[in-house]
This record gives sequence, structure tokens and C-alpha cells, in this order.
Amino acid sequence: MNENGRRFSLQSKVGSGGKRKLAGRGRAQREAISFAFLFCGILLLFSAAPLPAQTKNSCLACHSQLPDPFHVDPGEFEQSIHAQKGITCVTCHGGDSTSDDLAKAMSPAKGFKSIPARAQIPAFCGKCHADAAYMRGFNPSLRTDQYSQYLTSVHGQLLAKGDDKVAVCINCHGVHGILPPDDPRSSVYPANVAQTCGKCHADADYMKPYKIPTNQLALYNTSVHHAELVDKGDLSAPTCSTCHGSHGAAPPGVQSVVNVCSTCHVFQAQLFDSGPHHDAFNSLGLPGCVTCHTNHGIQHPTDAFIGVDQGAVCIKCHSTGEPGYDAASQIHAQLVKLDTSIARSRDILNRAEQAGVEVGPATLDLDQARDDLTKARVSIHSVELKPVDENVNAGLKVTEATYKAGQDALGEATYRRKGLFISLAISLIVLLGIALLIRRIESHPQE
Amino acid sequence: MSALANIRNWLDERFGWDELMAFVRHKTVPTHRFSYFYFLGGMTLFLFGTQVVTGILLLLYYRPTPDGAFESVQYIMTKVPFGWLIRSIHSWGANVMILTAIAHMFSVFFLKSYRKPRELTWLSGMILLFLVLGFGFSGYLLPWNMLSLFATKVGTNMTAQAPFIGHWILVFLRGGDDVTGATLTRFFAIHVAILPGLATLLIGLHLLLVQRFGMSVPPSVEADWKAHPERARELRFFPNFFLRELMAWYVVLAVLGCLSAFKPWELGQKADLFGSAPAGIRPEWYFMFMFQTLRFLPAKIGPLAGDLIGVLLFGAAAAVWTCLPFFDNDKRGRGKRWITGVGVFALAYFIGMTAYAYLAK
Amino acid sequence: MQNPSLQENAKPERRHFLELFLGSGIFASLVAFIYPVLRYIIPPQQTELGSDLVVAAHVGDLKPNSGKIFPFGSRPAILILTSDGKYHALSAVCTHLGCTVQYLPDVHEVWCPCHNGKYSVDGANISGPPPRPLDEFDVILKDNNIYVQRTQNS
Repeated sequence: MNENGRRFSLQSKVGSGGKRKLAGRGRAQREAISFAFLFCGILLLFSAAPLPAQTKNSCLACHSQLPDPFHVDPGEFEQSIHAQKGITCVTCHGGDSTSDDLAKAMSPAKGFKSIPARAQIPAFCGKCHADAAYMRGFNPSLRTDQYSQYLTSVHGQLLAKGDDKVAVCINCHGVHGILPPDDPRSSVYPANVAQTCGKCHADADYMKPYKIPTNQLALYNTSVHHAELVDKGDLSAPTCSTCHGSHGAAPPGVQSVVNVCSTCHVFQAQLFDSGPHHDAFNSLGLPGCVTCHTNHGIQHPTDAFIGVDQGAVCIKCHSTGEPGYDAASQIHAQLVKLDTSIARSRDILNRAEQAGVEVGPATLDLDQARDDLTKARVSIHSVELKPVDENVNAGLKVTEATYKAGQDALGEATYRRKGLFISLAISLIVLLGIALLIRRIESHPQE
Repeated sequence: MSALANIRNWLDERFGWDELMAFVRHKTVPTHRFSYFYFLGGMTLFLFGTQVVTGILLLLYYRPTPDGAFESVQYIMTKVPFGWLIRSIHSWGANVMILTAIAHMFSVFFLKSYRKPRELTWLSGMILLFLVLGFGFSGYLLPWNMLSLFATKVGTNMTAQAPFIGHWILVFLRGGDDVTGATLTRFFAIHVAILPGLATLLIGLHLLLVQRFGMSVPPSVEADWKAHPERARELRFFPNFFLRELMAWYVVLAVLGCLSAFKPWELGQKADLFGSAPAGIRPEWYFMFMFQTLRFLPAKIGPLAGDLIGVLLFGAAAAVWTCLPFFDNDKRGRGKRWITGVGVFALAYFIGMTAYAYLAK
Repeated sequence: MQNPSLQENAKPERRHFLELFLGSGIFASLVAFIYPVLRYIIPPQQTELGSDLVVAAHVGDLKPNSGKIFPFGSRPAILILTSDGKYHALSAVCTHLGCTVQYLPDVHEVWCPCHNGKYSVDGANISGPPPRPLDEFDVILKDNNIYVQRTQNS
């Protein structure tokens, strides 16, 4: 403030303001002080500029300061794949990012489009992402059919009918912080997909008008696929989009379930197709694998799953006297037979090991029997006894050999103990003999 | 003349056999209430003998490479007839031998057998004890399982704490910066060639000195016998004492046999150079007292690392302990009391720390 | 032998018995030591440790473009003879969840039936869940035998 008490403003420093009188100072000093103020002003200008300071982005300059729903986090945006590729605010929203003037920056004359309506968003994103020639300039192997797929999806079809509640691009991918799907922080990274879908699909209130279940996420989180994907980090394990599709998301039809599961579980599907269940399920309109395994909360099946006892899936359809009932019973019996045999071998090998005999090689051989049991459990999908028998019998050969190895090992342990006792007996004889000799020598001192 | 007499004659004409035998025949062992401790030295020697024999037998099948070591030990334990016995006797024997060696050292200490003129015997014995611990440490790596690998890592890390030369010692022992197959080769050479050579020389010297000076009598007994000469008792070494020693050796063999039959030495899991340390990793019992001490020491004492202080302390203690005879120059020949006190403290510390390490988890 | 002591003479049987007793005891103990050592020294039938070098098959066992599972160490391995006459030996333990793989002649690939994982004949994981390639082993042809050996590296 000068003596006159007037505040200096930006405006009055640059250009038009009134003349100021600096009473009692020399001209040179006046110039110097003016220059100093000018310099400070320019610094101030730069300090208001966003990072990085190369290209000016007035959009972010303001929007990073504004509250929701206008707020854009500059850090989040800088990390996004769009910012990395040089796609900034203007590319999508139009306008002029070099201008600080609100009217100029957001002027329709400069192409400013503001925020597209929800129903317009897929087309909005598709303007670039469905343009193969354009996308080739960034990543030639990226797919460009997301928009056309979306139109076939349940989401897309409902959106076309005027339903605004369904998911559009930004609901899954985010808005300004979009990351590529292979980035673990991305909302569409395989391990995060279920959570993203669950944002709507697990919300009972939100999903009320659609009258479909909302327990899929909860069920999936208990499943063996979730454990494999999220806990063990195996990215090949399925999540929602694996079976339902991502952009073209829709539940697979009853006829397609086997096809979907068989992309990974090939053998099971082949066996299923070759067996009597294939036609039977088709004629009954049953959804293939899901009939027995359910769809979202898939658990690791146990031997109790197949058979005729409490907890088995077979008796849901088959009753006593039917060939199916008998087959289920026999198959279960075979699996249990091999499982018990493996446990028996493992037990005797453990006992031999406790007794001190090394049984490493036999223990490893027993793993072959476990492999055979796994194969047998896969072969049940043919719901015929023969393939199961083949695998079970192969496994039983191995368990027989390892059981014998265990018996031999226990025999070895007994042999060792017998040998020890004999040696101890001999040692005792020698000790006794020496003691007697000493006694004799010392009770009859010679020399 | 009988065949035996012929052989005796032949030997005598060339090696002075009779004179040698006369010496043996005349050697006596004093008998008093502490005489049983005299067995410990011979016991250690006998166990060394069994280690050499079982060690040579193991050498027939053992392969000192990272690809072959574990498998060859597994082969010995599972495929070679009585391989389990030879290997278990060797592993158990090592532990029993270290026990008798330590007991022998403490009994010599407390019975003050290190007094003049036996200082060199004590010195050679202490060096032998260090060699024996070296045998234990180097041999422990040879089965090449996870426990051996990490015990060696931790143990050699400790040597790096020595000032100035520490890192050089570490690299020398490990054959590199890390414990690898090169370490195995080196430890094998140390275990089957270097240490046995040194030990043989020192045992020879040690035995020679023992024969030269005869058996020492503890100060209290000495004083008693000086006052009452008629109470002095002795036993002929051959055959009387030797027969008793033979009994003790048979007992030790029987113990080793029982241990091997009921608790054969484990194979463990093959060493994985990239694996993480198994839980509860710790050294063998004879190093536990040092391990536990280092665990008690704080990470830093002033400007220096706690571990460094620990290693230096143990080094100093070992040096002082080895030079003990030169402190005990009591003219009256009974030995200074305070030295006994130090010994009691050392023994109590050793036992106490070892027990704590196992009981406290 | 001359026995100066009168008492010695008085019990010759006892003395004899003691000598016999002790002598046979010592002899028996020596046998008990020597017997295991002798048995130990004689090399067993299986001289190799069994893990590093194995005869997988004989020349002519495999037809071109086929594969055979054989035990290697105690894990299964697969020997493949491709159409160009080259032998490949791989670990048959799938790197995904440990199932045993097989050779598919029609597509010249190694396949895991558990979750549809696929490998090339060199072991590279080319499709499906397997995260790592299969270990490759050396194949040595000598006389009529096909030896498979773990690749020598330090």
C-alpha cells in the first residue's frame, strides 16, 4: 500500500490503471519499484499455473480447486492413460485450455461440449474408441469393438430403451482417472472387476426395479475362483467378465454354459458332452455345469458331492432303482476307495518315518496316486463308471506299491531294533566279562 | 617259540618293541575320588576314532556338490545297507564327542591339571577344542539341507563382525560373498582334509605330552597324599585302567547304537539358495550359548553394533580362557581360588544360556 | 604257562570259562561292528542317485510326432519325438497347479488337461493359465539308449 492507502491490484499493474504518485522519490527508484512489482506479478502468475508447467491447462487450474461435482483431481488425471497419451480435457470436452477467461475457455465457439448426458456417454467414448484408424495411432492391437459389443449387452439394450440407471463406460472405468486393465490400480483389473460390478449389482436398493438377485458378489467372494484370483493372484482365474463378457455383458444362455466353462475346463466339458447327461440336460433345459456346481458361489467339490448320500447332487434328480442312482453310488464308492487307500498308505509311511526309516521316495510316489485320484474325479463328468474305474485302478496300483514300501520300511525298523538288541546283549556280555576279568586281576594281584 | 612270540621278536629287533611295551606296562594312573574324570580324555579320543572311521565310510558315497550332496545323503540313508547306521553314528557321534571334549576341558580346568609343567598340554587341548568345534560347524553344512544352509549363513555372518579382517574371513570361509556351492566345496575340504590333518598333529602332540608328564593329581588330593603317603593309590594303566576304559567305550558305542536305531539323524529338506529361512532357525546346541547371548545384547551399544561387542567379548573370553595356565602361577602349586571361581561362572553361564535358549523359545 | 599263584591254579575251569566268555563276547562284538561295515562297503544295485540321469526310452520306442511320460527323479517328465526327428525332454509337471501334461500330436503342442494350459515343445507357456515355462532337460543319445539329464548349470 502506498501512502494514499490504495490497494495495488493486478489490473492496475498491468496496463490501464491510474497514475500513482510516489511522493519524494527519484525517477530511477520509481522505475525500479515498478519493475519489482511487475516481476512479482509475473511470479504470482506462474505460481497459479498447474504442474507440469510445460503446457498450460487452464481447465485443471480451475477445476482442481472447485468442489464436487466440478472437482477434477490433477494427480489422478496425470496418471491416467489418457493424460499419458496426450489426450487432455479439450480432446473430449472441447473448449480452450490456454485461456483463463471462463467465457473463452468454455465457449461453444471453441467446440466446448460440457458433460455429455448419461445416455450419450457410450457414443461419446466410442467416438474415439470405435474408430479403428484413430486408435491405431495409439495402440494398434487394442480392440475397437467395445461400443458395438456394448450395444448388444443388457446394459446397452436397457440404455437404448431409456433406462439411465444401467452402467455406462464411466461406471466401470472411471472418468478422469482411467487406467489400462492390466494396471493393478485399475477398477477393471481382473482382481478388481467383481468389486466394480458389485457397486451396482450387490446394491439391493439400487437393483430393486430389475428383480434379479443381488447376492452374486457375496457368493463369488466365497468361491474357489475368487480365492484363486484374488488370494493367490492367478490372473487366469475367472471373474464376472470372464463368463458374462465385459462390454457385451449378458448372462450366458442355458445352452452356452458348458461352452463358457469349457474354455478352461476342457476335459470336464468333453466328458460331459460324451455322456448321457448332455442330451438329458438339453432336453430338460438345465443349465449345464451350473446345475450341479451353481454359478457364482462355486465351491471346490468334495467326494460327497457325487453319490447317493446326504449332500450329493445326484439324488436331486435320481431316485433308488434308476441306473443313474446306481452309477452315482458306484462312482462315489470308487472315489472313496482310492481316497481311503491313499490315506492308508500315507499313514503307514508316516509311521515308518516316525520309527526312523527314510521313506522320501515312496512318499513322492504316492503323489502319483493323488494325481490319479484327481483324474478320476474329473472323469466323473462322463457319469459313467468305466473312465472312473480306469483312473481309480491306476491309483490303486500305486497305493499298493507304496503301502508295501511302508510295510517294508516298518519291517526295516523292526530289523534295526532286533539288531540293536542283539548288539546291546553282546555289549552287556563283554562288559560283564571285562568286569569279571578286572575283578579277577585285582583280587589276585600278580607281580 | 609260539607265533606270537616270533612276531614280538621280529618287532623288537627293529623297533625296540620290548622297551615300548615296558613303558606302557609301567604307566600308572593315580586313583582318588576324582579318578573317573580321567576317562573323559580317552573317551574323546575314542569318539574321534569312530568319527574318522564313519567319516571315511561316508566318503565312499558322499558327493560334495549342491546337486549331489543332499541326494547322496538320501542315498546313504535309504539305499546303502546300514547306511542309516553309519551316517547316524557319525552325526550323533559328533555331538557326543563335542560333549565329552567340553566335559574333558572343564574337568581338567577344575582339577587344575593345567598347572606347571602341563601348560602346553592345556594349550594344545584348547586348540583341539576349537578344531573340534570347527569340525562340527563345517560338517553341519555337508548334508546341504535348509537347516544347514541357514545355520551356516548365520554363523559365517558372525565372523564378519570381527574388526578389520572380518569381511575377509567371511569371504574366505564362504568362498565368495554368499553361501553357495562354493561354500560347500570349501567346507568339505576343511572338514575332511584341513581339520583332520591339523587335528592329527595336535592329538599326537597332546598325547605325547600326556605320556611325557603322566597323569596330574588334583591339588587337594596332592596335599592329602603329601601329608599321608600311605593313602596314595595308583592303578596300572595296562591292563587295569585300560580294561575299565574299554568298558566305558563299549557303553558309549551302545549309546550311539541306541540313538541311531531309535532316532536316526534327519534328512531335512534340500537346501534352496533362494528360499526363505525356516522358522525357528538356530545353531547346534554347542553354539547356543553364544547365540542366546547375542540375542540378549541390544542392537546398538553406544556407537558400536551389539553383535560386534558380543563377538569381541567371546573372542576375548576364549583368549583369556586359553591362556589361563599362565595366570595360575601359584607358587604353592594349589592354584588360585579366583580362577576356580571364573571357571564356575563360565560353566554356569554355558549351561544356563544353553538351557535358556531351549526353554525360553 | 607257568602260574606262580596258587590261587590261580585252584580254579582253572573258572578262568577258562571267563576267557571263553569274554573272548567270545569280544569276538561277537567285533562281528557286530564289522558285518554292517562290510555290507555298507559293497555298492548297492542302484548305483546312481536316480535323480539326475535316467534312461527314458530306447531308440525306436517312440514313433515320430508322439510323446511318452517317464519317471525322472520322482516327478514325471515327458519325452517327445517331433516329426523332424528331434527329441525334447521336459518336466511334465504343469507350472499352474501341478497336473501332469501330455503331448497332442495334431497340434504339436504340450497340453495340460486340467485348465487347458498349452506349451510349445520347447516348454514355453504359450496359452492358458501356466505362469512359467516347463523345465527343459538335456537329451543324450548313446548306443540304443535315450538318456535324459538335468541341464548342467551351476
